[in-house]
Amino acid sequence: MPDTKKTFKNPISLQIDPALFEKAGDEEKAQQVTMRESVSFTKDAMRRLRKNHIAMVSLYVIIAIALIAFIVPNYYPYNYTKQDVTAQNLAPFQYSAKEQARIAQGAEVFPHIMGTDALGRDYAIRVIYGTRISLLVGIFSALIVIVIGIVYGSVSGYFGGKVDLVMMRIVDIIYSLPDVLIVILLSVAIKDWVATSGSDLVARLGAGMVSIFIVFGLLYWVSMARQVRGQILSIKEQEYVLASKAIGASPARIIRKHMIPNCVSVIIIIAAMQIPSAIFTESFLSFLGLGVSVPMPSLGSLASDARTGLRSYPYQLLFPALAIFLIVLAFNLLGNGLRDAFDPKLRS
Amino acid sequence: MNAKFLSYLVKRLFMALLTVFLVVAITFFVMHAIPASPFSSEKAKSDAVIAALEAKYGFDKPVPVQFLNYLKSILHGDFGLSTGWVGNTVIELIIGGFKYSARIGFTAGILALVLGVILGSIAALQRGRLLDKVIQVATTALVSMPSFVMATILLLVFSLQLGWLPSMGNQKGGLILPIISLSLYPMAYTTRLQRSSMLDVLGQDYIRTARAKGVKNSKVIFKHALRNTLTPVITYAGPMMAYILTGSMVVENIFSVPGLGRLFTNSMLRTDYMMIMGVTIFLATMIILMNFLGDILYKVVDPRIDLS
Repeated sequence: MPDTKKTFKNPISLQIDPALFEKAGDEEKAQQVTMRESVSFTKDAMRRLRKNHIAMVSLYVIIAIALIAFIVPNYYPYNYTKQDVTAQNLAPFQYSAKEQARIAQGAEVFPHIMGTDALGRDYAIRVIYGTRISLLVGIFSALIVIVIGIVYGSVSGYFGGKVDLVMMRIVDIIYSLPDVLIVILLSVAIKDWVATSGSDLVARLGAGMVSIFIVFGLLYWVSMARQVRGQILSIKEQEYVLASKAIGASPARIIRKHMIPNCVSVIIIIAAMQIPSAIFTESFLSFLGLGVSVPMPSLGSLASDARTGLRSYPYQLLFPALAIFLIVLAFNLLGNGLRDAFDPKLRS
Repeated sequence: MNAKFLSYLVKRLFMALLTVFLVVAITFFVMHAIPASPFSSEKAKSDAVIAALEAKYGFDKPVPVQFLNYLKSILHGDFGLSTGWVGNTVIELIIGGFKYSARIGFTAGILALVLGVILGSIAALQRGRLLDKVIQVATTALVSMPSFVMATILLLVFSLQLGWLPSMGNQKGGLILPIISLSLYPMAYTTRLQRSSMLDVLGQDYIRTARAKGVKNSKVIFKHALRNTLTPVITYAGPMMAYILTGSMVVENIFSVPGLGRLFTNSMLRTDYMMIMGVTIFLATMIILMNFLGDILYKVVDPRIDLS
């Protein structure tokens, strides 16, 4: 190219020859138009979750169980406290002599779908109430863990330095406390405390429930706090945070737009893992007789009561056992699905 | 053993001791927050008798003094006198129960780790095939079953229905069912852990290098892969111990094994405070000790792990 210098008219861009450029046609412009709307992280994760059949089935199972546990008792003809000495230990769909007489007279008697227990109480409604307790414990414990864990973890991670050091030492110590033992100890103490001082609310909830919530509030949030803190610490150092600081974003905006969205996956995964462990602990305590107070049933106490007549009425064990197995299995599988959907890096 | 490791060891030991102290303090103050006296629940006694009993067990002194005394006597291995089993010291009862619990727990733990490592490795090597899927489904089901459900179903099937094994712990072979029911959950957990760890290691470059060099498949698996897959399993030893010790509370009750777990639940029924405190502290110390050993072993086995 002999005399390129002469052809340059624009003094600023000495290297570019405008003659080499041409206007974009409509077709080319169309290529630049966004073809689909932007997909947010949560939407993307939800799409991945929806593709996971096992997780979706588990989700539907949980929803179905929750609907049964919270709606059916309102319309059920039996309640969980009513005893009937003429209808003790009935097999599923069996009627007592009194009920048979009423049927003979033409009255309609709702069947005992799961039979009755040793005191003649309808077993199905007791299992349903037990399921309700399990679900409530799981959900409330997850909420406690989420709230405390996020606040503690983000404060520790955001401030860093000495604050972080002290706060994480505390977490380390709490982490190494044997949690189940402390739950048991507290349940024993609260049970005795209720027996002597007679607090109505605590008595209604049951020593096990109260101590589970206390212990979840005191101990179980540590893994959540650790993860949230780790996440916040690493996000703090990211270049996009630096970039948004450089263009003048306020700390509130950085936390809202960058930190929290990036913690969501960790929060969801850990909360989902926390639910089955809370349900396990509650049923374990109820089995030991430290859970809900009688006559309120819990899946653990139902299984424990079933032991006395195990040889003759094995179904009294199988129904609550199956219920708890189903609930925990569904939550475990959903938790795995959520982990895969929200954190593809962790996928094994 | 370098200086860095030694300082880690000291720091970790200090943490463990601090945790034990905290457990003792929590146990003591929680139990002393209960308004009821351990003697008030029984048949009506005169005030003088209760006062004499409280003086005998040291309950009449101020709480901080009692705490210091309790700490001092614990350090001498004296957990006080049992009020539920009158005439026995707490430590005697604990040791008596621990003999059974240790036998069940130790066997169950070893069984769980060995079977878990074997099954997990098989699942990883058979990845995607039928055997892997069977193992995955079975372990997922097992980790969703609480220990009491597992134990009662085993009791129902193998003892009451089939009559193959005794239902009571003191009969011949009576410890087989408790051991199985305690080991199933940790076994399933170890299997899952081992499977993912094995898959991780098998994807590493050095395994491909070994294969490329023409090393026999069995040697690759046993010499190159297996050793490196065991670190996650080692860290599970502590939590597993916690599971087995607490799980043995229900399992020992279901199979009537006179172990520590049954002792613990019975002492709750008898509101034997000294016993509850003693067993809690004893069990907690065992769990903390296992966590400590697991952490240390973890660093010894894999020196690549950053100690900071």
